[in-house]
Amino acid sequence: MLLEIENLAVEVAGKRVLKDINLSIDEGETHVLLGPNGAGKSTLFLTILGFPQYDVVQGSIKFKGQDITNLTTAERVKLGIGVSFQSPPSIRGVSVRDLLKIESNQDIKEELNPRMKELAKQLKFSDEFLDRDVNYGFSGGEVKRSEILQLLAQMPDFTMFDEPDSGVDIENVELLASEIGTLLDKDKTQRNRKRSGLLITHLGYILNFVSADKAHVLMNGVISCSGNPNDILEDIRKNGFNGCVECAQCL
Amino acid sequence: MVLMDVLSVRNVYEDAERAKDKKAPIGADVTIENFTDETVNALDMIDDLGDLSKQTKEDLLKVGVDTEEKNRSGSFLQVDQSNIFTNNSMSDSIEVMNIGIALEKYNWLEDYIWNVVKPDADKYTAKTALREKEDGIKSGYFVRSLPGTCEVMPVQACMFISDEDIMQTAHNVIIAEENSELHLITGCATGDDISSAMHVGVSEMYLKPGSKITFTMVHNWAEQVEVRPRTGVKVGDNATYINNYILTSPVSTLQSYPTAYCDGKNSRAIFQSIQGGKKDSIIDVGSRVLLNAEGARGEVISRAVSQDESKIYARGHLAGTVPNVKGHLECHGLVLDDNSFIYAVPELEASSANLEMSHEAAVGKISEDEINYLTSRGITEEDAESMIVRGFLNMDIKGLPDELAAQTQQMIDMSLDGM
Repeated sequence: MLLEIENLAVEVAGKRVLKDINLSIDEGETHVLLGPNGAGKSTLFLTILGFPQYDVVQGSIKFKGQDITNLTTAERVKLGIGVSFQSPPSIRGVSVRDLLKIESNQDIKEELNPRMKELAKQLKFSDEFLDRDVNYGFSGGEVKRSEILQLLAQMPDFTMFDEPDSGVDIENVELLASEIGTLLDKDKTQRNRKRSGLLITHLGYILNFVSADKAHVLMNGVISCSGNPNDILEDIRKNGFNGCVECAQCL
Repeated sequence: MVLMDVLSVRNVYEDAERAKDKKAPIGADVTIENFTDETVNALDMIDDLGDLSKQTKEDLLKVGVDTEEKNRSGSFLQVDQSNIFTNNSMSDSIEVMNIGIALEKYNWLEDYIWNVVKPDADKYTAKTALREKEDGIKSGYFVRSLPGTCEVMPVQACMFISDEDIMQTAHNVIIAEENSELHLITGCATGDDISSAMHVGVSEMYLKPGSKITFTMVHNWAEQVEVRPRTGVKVGDNATYINNYILTSPVSTLQSYPTAYCDGKNSRAIFQSIQGGKKDSIIDVGSRVLLNAEGARGEVISRAVSQDESKIYARGHLAGTVPNVKGHLECHGLVLDDNSFIYAVPELEASSANLEMSHEAAVGKISEDEINYLTSRGITEEDAESMIVRGFLNMDIKGLPDELAAQTQQMIDMSLDGM
């Protein structure tokens, strides 16, 4: 297993948000995390990432066989975890270009490497754009594309995407989906895929463009249901998340 | 009439005498008597900046003074109370000389002395004037760009304190003649082994119609140095004054409030300052623009970061006295240490109905979201904090020619290295 979460309970500011999470993702797999607002999807993400305000009060997170529950975020990222945020903060005086250099392990004083320059172009960023302060005054679409570009610099083994398609117009969803595909080895046959991912999506629209192996529904801090993404989505479309509550009660 | 008589007629010395115990309206009161009056011209002139010691060269480089004089249009170096080096031969457009020599050369210069800075402003200006009464006006520099010229390379001027307990005074006059452009880099520093000293620099600047001055100042003082620069700037019709100030090293107390008088139509003044407070420094830096003529514009931008037990007072004052003027004030502060302190004082004063002035001030701690974001890219928390602080202080300096902008950026980078 690449990622193994066992009996995880998490508190934020003393309030229990995740109760008993069990989730395993194998090498080459793409999973989807569904659930209504406030179910704890982002909490699970940020706990995997190791942000300090998320207290793990029970259980463990293993990555590549190593217990990472007590590692810092930077240490986890160095092991191969990456993330694209839904609404990242803007940081004055820190340019996209400098971040790309750090993310692709380049010396900050050197010119940005040709691969990143090419990828920036593919994601419709001009060279001047890269000198802008990260996320400062970016449009919704620019934020998403910049997040994906930074991930392409990192090429993590396991990538989490928080609502990668929200606020993006249709034309750009396909572009983003294609780069998300690159990050998840979708250009390779299933057997040869190494990279894995976890997508948070509200509406599941991105799944029209990125295939997923398994879906999980997170309700009230527990995973209430796991299974084939298409079946689960279909169910949610028909019955809403209420159907999942019933389902959870059956479990 | 000789200069001293002219200044006497203008009551300069009488005013100074009356103000010799006058405390400055803001800033800690410094006991001037604790410092010694160094003799003017006690040190010998040097032929070449290359003759300075390796350590002094490094100290000067930190404040933007290049001893090899590459990409410069002139140089001036004052150590303690002595002007030990002047290079006036690098540009046909610019004159650089000791203020005493300039006053001998140009009779008209007396009108520019104690004109835009008043001798009775406080005891520091008074002390400078009274010293001049005794010794003559000999410390400080005169820089002038000739009419219609545009020298893109900067003049570098440096005030250096080399001896313990010294009180350094200087009186500088900078004039940009009509339709000329003048760039200055001024660095002030103390020798590494100096623990206590005082610096008072009186600077009077005059921008004739259509001219432009950029004045970029980097300070690198020792921890026990008291600093009281006093600066006044007169900006004529269609002229532009740009002031950049960078301080990131510890100091005992520093207080300055440079004032630009936008007396010319469509004149413009921009003050940009970067202040990094360290150890127990008390830094009180403000910028004031008086918008006194139609179409005048003023902008005051400051970024302050307080560390350790430092205290920073970041002041800004815009006053519009006539219609159709515009001003903006921006003051941002980051408090990094619970024992440190930032006090932002933005002031807007409007005494005419038809004008536009605004201000924006924000003081706070480093945002956790920003740190988290950077750590999620594999950057350690410590490095993330330092990136955020440097990014915060590293503002885009406006109005410099490309080459100078690149050099200034290097100076800023160097100053921020220790942050």
